[in-house]
Amino acid sequence: MTEAAALRSRAEGLAAALPPLLADAEHLAATVLLGEHGRRRAGMGDEFWQYRPAHPGDEARSIDWRRSGRSDAHFIREKEWQAAQSVLLWVDDAQSMGFAGDGTHGSKADRARLLALAVAVLLVRAGERVGLSGAGLPPRRGALQLFRLAQALGAVAGTADYGAPEARGILPHSRAVFIGDFMGDLAPVEAALAVAADRGVKGAMVQILDPQEEAFPFDGRTVFESMAGSLRHETLKAGDLRGRYLDRLAERKAWLSHLARLAGWQFHCHRTDEPAQSALLWLYRALEPVR
Amino acid sequence: MFALGPIGFTAPWLLLGLAALPVLWILLRAVPPAPVRRRFPGVALLLGLSDDETQTDRTPWWLLLLRMLAVAALIVGFAGPVLNPQAERGGSDPLLVLVDGTWADARDWPRRMDRIDAALDAAARNARPVAVVTTTELPEGSPPFRAADSWHSQLPGFQPRPWAPDARKLTEWATGLEGAFDTFWLSDGVERPSRAPLLTALEKHGTVTVFQSPRPILALRPARFEDGAIALSVQRASSGVAAEATIIATGLDPNGVERDLARAVAEFDAEATEAQVRLALPPELRNRITRFSIQGVRSAGAVTLTDDSLKRRQVALIAASDDREGLQLLSPLHYLRQALEPSADLVEGALMDLLLANPDVVILADVANLAPVEQQALLDWVNEGGLLVRFAGPRLAASDVSRAEEAPLMPVRLRAGGRTVGGAMSWGEPKTLRPFGEESPFHGLAVPDDVRVSAQVMAQPDPTLSERSIAALTDGTPLVTRKGVGKGQVVLFHVTANAEWSTLPLSGLFVRMLDRLAIPSRVARPSSDALAGTTWVPQDLLNAFGMIEAAGTRPGIPGEALARGRPGPDTPPGLYAGEDRRIALNVFSDDTPLSAAKWPARIAVEGLDVARERLLKGWFLAAALAMLALDVMASLWLSGKLRGPHAGLAATMVLALVLPPHMSRAQTPQDDARAIAATTEVVLAHVVTGNPEIDRVAQAGLRGLSQVLTQRTSVEPAAPIAVDIETDELSFFPFLYWPVAADQPLPSPEAYARLNRYLRTGGMILFDTRDADISRYGGGSPAARKLQQIAAPLDIPPLEPVPQDHVLTRTFYLLQDFPGRYDSRDVWVEAAPPDARRAEGMPFRDLNDGVTPVVIGGNDWAAAWAVDENRVPLFPVGRGYAGERQREIAYRFGVNLIMHVLTGNYKSDQVHVPALLDRLGQ
Repeated sequence: MTEAAALRSRAEGLAAALPPLLADAEHLAATVLLGEHGRRRAGMGDEFWQYRPAHPGDEARSIDWRRSGRSDAHFIREKEWQAAQSVLLWVDDAQSMGFAGDGTHGSKADRARLLALAVAVLLVRAGERVGLSGAGLPPRRGALQLFRLAQALGAVAGTADYGAPEARGILPHSRAVFIGDFMGDLAPVEAALAVAADRGVKGAMVQILDPQEEAFPFDGRTVFESMAGSLRHETLKAGDLRGRYLDRLAERKAWLSHLARLAGWQFHCHRTDEPAQSALLWLYRALEPVR
Repeated sequence: MFALGPIGFTAPWLLLGLAALPVLWILLRAVPPAPVRRRFPGVALLLGLSDDETQTDRTPWWLLLLRMLAVAALIVGFAGPVLNPQAERGGSDPLLVLVDGTWADARDWPRRMDRIDAALDAAARNARPVAVVTTTELPEGSPPFRAADSWHSQLPGFQPRPWAPDARKLTEWATGLEGAFDTFWLSDGVERPSRAPLLTALEKHGTVTVFQSPRPILALRPARFEDGAIALSVQRASSGVAAEATIIATGLDPNGVERDLARAVAEFDAEATEAQVRLALPPELRNRITRFSIQGVRSAGAVTLTDDSLKRRQVALIAASDDREGLQLLSPLHYLRQALEPSADLVEGALMDLLLANPDVVILADVANLAPVEQQALLDWVNEGGLLVRFAGPRLAASDVSRAEEAPLMPVRLRAGGRTVGGAMSWGEPKTLRPFGEESPFHGLAVPDDVRVSAQVMAQPDPTLSERSIAALTDGTPLVTRKGVGKGQVVLFHVTANAEWSTLPLSGLFVRMLDRLAIPSRVARPSSDALAGTTWVPQDLLNAFGMIEAAGTRPGIPGEALARGRPGPDTPPGLYAGEDRRIALNVFSDDTPLSAAKWPARIAVEGLDVARERLLKGWFLAAALAMLALDVMASLWLSGKLRGPHAGLAATMVLALVLPPHMSRAQTPQDDARAIAATTEVVLAHVVTGNPEIDRVAQAGLRGLSQVLTQRTSVEPAAPIAVDIETDELSFFPFLYWPVAADQPLPSPEAYARLNRYLRTGGMILFDTRDADISRYGGGSPAARKLQQIAAPLDIPPLEPVPQDHVLTRTFYLLQDFPGRYDSRDVWVEAAPPDARRAEGMPFRDLNDGVTPVVIGGNDWAAAWAVDENRVPLFPVGRGYAGERQREIAYRFGVNLIMHVLTGNYKSDQVHVPALLDRLGQ
């Protein structure tokens, strides 16, 4: 009884802040037509996959006698492998994600959380286990996990200027999704990818950028400061820097893409003025089983 | 005052501040624009990038220049720049400002006042005492020199006078001046003999400066009547260029409103100073003219008042009917016609008809007996001031008129038969005339020798005979007698009006005698002798600006003063009324000379133009502020603040500064086209509800009704028009169909005002709630509630359901039902007055006049009427034949309604047809 009461009070507290996020995510996820999400290979599961001739070594109890009775050979009924996969999400919660550009779009953090939760909704519906990397939330399944995820994603943002992907707690051979802006130092990214590659983890990296970060529409004498104020750069003619800034940005994207390819990951860059669905669709395809 | 060209400075030392501008330049150059602080995550990518150019930390040169100019404008502005600073006229002597102040000044009097103002300002700066004097109103004694400022308040009191200065008084005044003073003489530009002595006298006391306007001086001579047309002569003071002047004849129209009756253009040749123009007008119009004026010239000289000399008197000629045809020279009226035709309007006909025209004079030639009605009417007319002139003749001699006792319309009693002298059957010679006595109106007329009187009617000797006789024969028998009757008089010529009894009508004396009797129009101005001893009362006075002023209670002036024909303070120009005529005293008479003033070469003549001092401080400061505002924008743009996150806000502010505060909505030409389309033919109109479907149905319904009207009646409406009550003019439409939609917005107060005006001035609105299938009138349907809201502020009279005898039931078809798509009996119209009652034997009550301003129902008539372009009904009505019958009745209701709108209660008036027929039968 006390547990239920606590759960209810927590749920209500959650509902106060999180349901919009969750609802948005559900709404977004609903736009993706959930297709056959089996593993498309034989394994543990409920659905019929195929009959195959019995080989030596197969257990006798696995023989499907009804099928075998119709022919001379013995057949084994294979089920489709439906073992749940673990997917670990990492969402950048650094200050830089709070940048909202000219205010016509939401902040990058909003978009990142929305994407993460939407993909979580899809995965949970497909029966996967979803969690957050790091010590936060181990992968679990079920709708309750969605509430937990929403709660964790809506928690107070970090204080660091730029976030670093968290590779801790990633289960071997699981899947991982990193969502962030990757504007800070790239060394932690490389390290995290290396850890993931070591553990045989495949995944996807989504870089969320604001349109202003892609366009650099500044001019005149300007002092640029990072969101937390740790970095500072003064220029007398911001317009002159645009070309070089854009070069560096392109270089960074290329490097991230390269890193991802090395680790067997996929990389996508998403701008906050684009519809979230495109990013979700890309992410959904990226998480489809790799053969 | 320090001056640079046309600009002077009140605080020139402030200009030294301009020297600080270069310093400011260097300072401003050294200070770069403040940086913008931006939070930007991408700064990590910027680290290590260095600026290529380093010069942008300096302010760009054009921005510096803008700021320099702004500061310079501030400095110059505070230094008090003055455009056209008045050059000081030297001298500290008192200043006499002498203004001519005549009618010729009036045209540009305000400019003269401005010039005097400027002179007073200049004198005040130099602390010179000033006296302002007009020559037409000279002060007593020496000019009142006072401080210049004290004259400012008195200047509006100076007005030009519509006469020229009195030369003698002016010279006397000028010779009596004492002391040293300079003179500013504001001349009116007209040459006068008094100028030279005055100038000589003034020059004795100091320098004289003359100010004179170069504008042409125009004057109009009094109008003359020549050869059936009005001749006008325009004079100008200086020739040289061809010009033209438009002359306007002003008078009262038949409604008593003063208006321009005619206009003519007089053209000056280049070298001419006079231009003639002739104006041929019908007598009726000519008699109405009260004055002529030159268009656009505000001066009494350009106005000439007309008096009786332009008027044509109306003379009624009546002869006894005679049966002798073709003998024109024997006609009793022939000589009268000949004598009066050039100067009077003659009318002939029956006496009673002529009296209606109210002639000035009635002449009865040998008319003896008048019907009692005629006699009474004629007597009344004479009592009211008419002049009745009778001529004797055989009939009068043979009648008993005024025989035993004096008839009211005869001046004397007559003896029976009259007498004949010098004939074949009589003794003696034909008589000649005795010279006229002093009391006679004919006094002074020479008596020609060849006038012979061979027959006459004889007056009975009476005590009053001698005073009533105004002309007599040599033997003393009266030839012309006169008596006053009421305000008018009766004159009897004891001879005939033709040459039968005397040779008088053949002589020139006859015409002059008629003239003395004031029978013909007064063409010539009376001589001074004729005016001597008379008193003339001013009726209208002319001021110097050529405006007519009421004379008020001014005393009359003696005729001698009027005869001099020269306006002055005692005899202001205007229209003077005497005993029996009016004389105009004009500013500019027939012999007044007009030429430009000539000044000796030593006298400086300046124009009136005053280059007014204009303080430029405000302009400079405004320019400085504008430049600073520009600087703000340029700085924002330079520092990139016009782009980036808040660009929208900044751009809005910039636009708000640049754009005009609001844009006016101009009237489009489509409005006119629409008005023309709505008024050239009868047009049915419906109110736009904003619901496109309802509007479409209303349009189609009115189209169907228009077609039915065209087919069946003489009303042929054009294509219906949609009316937006918020913007469109309603008065073009006799009828508005207003389908009430539940979601319709309420009209604005302005629209309500127009709707009420529309209803009050005879418009009709058919309100249709279109819900009779589900709701009855007064029910709670949404459209009905909306109708209640809409109609609450409307000026709608009490209503009642259409009574059986309402005119709407019989304006074209006989109807008792008014169905539309639905068939509800609830149709409401203006209630009949409570006292309406049915007369005996009449089928209808005697109902209210006029058209009911509203018809309210819910039968969705438009849907029943609606047809598409192929004239196919848009909506089904009822079922089968009964439905089509209902649609037919709906159309009939529409026809009745439009007929009611267009013909009012015409059918109601048929109630009176029996009574009218009855009355006609008598």
